[in-house]
Amino acid sequence: MQEDTVKLGHGSGGRLSRELTAALFLKAFSNPALEPLEDAARLKAGKETIAFTTDSYVVDPLFFPGGDIGRIAVCGTVNDLSVQGARPLAISAGFIIEEGFPLALLRRVVSSMRLAAREAGVFIATGDTKVVEKGKADKLFINTSGVGLIPKGVKLSSAGIRPGDAVILSGRLGDHGVAVMNARNGLGLSGNIRSDAAPLNAMLAGALSASPRIRAMRDITRGGLGTVLNEAAASCRSAIEIEEELIPVSPAVDSACRLLGLDPLYAANEGKAVIFAPYRDAAGIVAALRSDRYGREAGIIGRVVRGKPQVRLRTAIGGTRLVLMLEGEQLPRIC
Amino acid sequence: MKGTGNKSAFDPSFWRDRAMASSALLDMRRLTGEASSRTGRPISLMEVCGSHTMAIAASGLRRMLPEGLRMLSGPGCPVCVTAQGDLDMVLELAARPGVIIATFGDMLKVKGSSGFDLQTMREKGASVRIVYSPADAVSLALQERDRQVVFIGVGFETTAPVVAGAVLRAAEEKVSNFSVLPFFKLVPPALELLLKAPGHNISGFMLPGHVSAVIGLDPYRFVADKYSVPCVVTGFEPLDIVAGVNMLLRQIVSGRPSVESEYGRAVRTGGNPRAVEVMREVFSVTGARWRSIGLIEGSGLGFSRAFSEFDAAGRFGLSYREAPEPEGCLCGPILLGKASPSDCRLFGKACSPSHAVGPCMVSSEGACAAWFKYGGQ
Repeated sequence: MQEDTVKLGHGSGGRLSRELTAALFLKAFSNPALEPLEDAARLKAGKETIAFTTDSYVVDPLFFPGGDIGRIAVCGTVNDLSVQGARPLAISAGFIIEEGFPLALLRRVVSSMRLAAREAGVFIATGDTKVVEKGKADKLFINTSGVGLIPKGVKLSSAGIRPGDAVILSGRLGDHGVAVMNARNGLGLSGNIRSDAAPLNAMLAGALSASPRIRAMRDITRGGLGTVLNEAAASCRSAIEIEEELIPVSPAVDSACRLLGLDPLYAANEGKAVIFAPYRDAAGIVAALRSDRYGREAGIIGRVVRGKPQVRLRTAIGGTRLVLMLEGEQLPRIC
Repeated sequence: MKGTGNKSAFDPSFWRDRAMASSALLDMRRLTGEASSRTGRPISLMEVCGSHTMAIAASGLRRMLPEGLRMLSGPGCPVCVTAQGDLDMVLELAARPGVIIATFGDMLKVKGSSGFDLQTMREKGASVRIVYSPADAVSLALQERDRQVVFIGVGFETTAPVVAGAVLRAAEEKVSNFSVLPFFKLVPPALELLLKAPGHNISGFMLPGHVSAVIGLDPYRFVADKYSVPCVVTGFEPLDIVAGVNMLLRQIVSGRPSVESEYGRAVRTGGNPRAVEVMREVFSVTGARWRSIGLIEGSGLGFSRAFSEFDAAGRFGLSYREAPEPEGCLCGPILLGKASPSDCRLFGKACSPSHAVGPCMVSSEGACAAWFKYGGQ
């Protein structure tokens, strides 16, 4: 009775999302391009290899400190392509709009998309508009798809991660998730918490030129770092060890998470990536990331080790605990 | 997590310092040895707050405890201690047309005896809104004047004054479509219940920081005076907890149980008199039903006569019906510190956060959820 409906948790990006994907979508659509379940699929097009991805954006509120639905719709797809090592070429934009939605707001969203696309150096090559009756959708949903060109010799895959590799994080966690929650619920959290929504293609291209030996890159969005690392551990059949002290979280986000009973390891981001690379290349990659405005706080946060696929966290006080995939959505607690 | 800035006691990173932790843990090892040789048995300390349970699991502290010392999780998770029959009342109300249930997020997935939870009710068309504060529920009532907004009053002395504040505002602004289901619980009577249980093995209580910030230290004095059990009000950072444990151990070693506070930066001995006053104005002490324990006289808060019009149970003619615990679920014994999550045969198998059987796995503050999430054994 409870099991046969779609739950909000199925869209959380955590374990339930993965189960739904495996049990339904992967089974039905099974093919070699889809199966690795990376952020973008690799396809052959003549002599070239392209990356292809799609994502839908349903954020409430549409505008929040540091971004809006338009900016994340462009950046999210650009980033999904970039973590495959691709140079983003073009993206599509599909709008589902609720009847009565103010045109002025739509203009703001579109203008934000134009600016984000210009910053990322992609163009919006095709699009679609649907309007549904009032009440049949919540204000505005956007879907974007994107294609990018993968340079010769670049083949990133989580399955290629090896024990001994460094785990590199491009910056602080949780800004987007907490900024949106704060705006949605009028929590009045102080500390100027702003979404990190950003196109990471230039930064990640810089990392790839610093080390052609990068094994894999992942975009950390819903489900947070904890979920992404678990997926990587499962793909490469090794354990991942990270150090709590090395993971940057802003003081404002840290105290907000404590107040609400949330874990920054599962909070959403829209401008962060995690990179796996041989340890000897790690310092060069970190330097390349830090030279970009979106990677100033990049650093090595842990390493891949032999052992059963799991993610272990060494806590600030020297304890060890497991980091599991996000289970359902994170719900704020009773204080 | 990595922080920046100088390290004052108000800076969280101060309370997560590894060097300080390892020296305090050495003290803990020594004190545990002294305490158990004094008492002639292993030491069991109980944390009475769900936030402590989470913090202990999240910091990996449970596995760093010295041999001979264990931490028991007590009845400190508000959702977990809510009686099954009270949950059924919430679900019954959610099914009524024209009613909006306003609740904190972690009540959403606790199942009633029908097997349904608020989330399922919402999928089936019930109006259920997550709010972050009771004041939001009053605002919601002001927006939805033709519907009844019912706030689920679950929580301890920390939540109750905030709800009382919302009720005062609703009374002042004559918000006639707002009410509260008062399921509040009081911490001191719960401690007494645990201490009255024959053969209890609690060597000391780590007392909740937030609750104590409201009620102060005096309501706990009986624990030390009458039952000779040490008490330390403790904060929520990893080093707070280590320090709280060491203070409890020192009391055991000295043989002089008392009520102390480790959490001086937030808790005053006299508590917060204004919060207590607001709570007393709106509510009065009454019996409350605790999951798998039953009715404890004087352990809860109901509406005082002057504010009884805000009591949703009266307004909607709801009556309490006894309801059985979910089959095979050990939430009851776990809440009393008599069992650990890993003792439950459902733990991690039939029961996990996405398929929770009992409330201790649902609420993020629950012992089972904490053990599961952080891979505890």
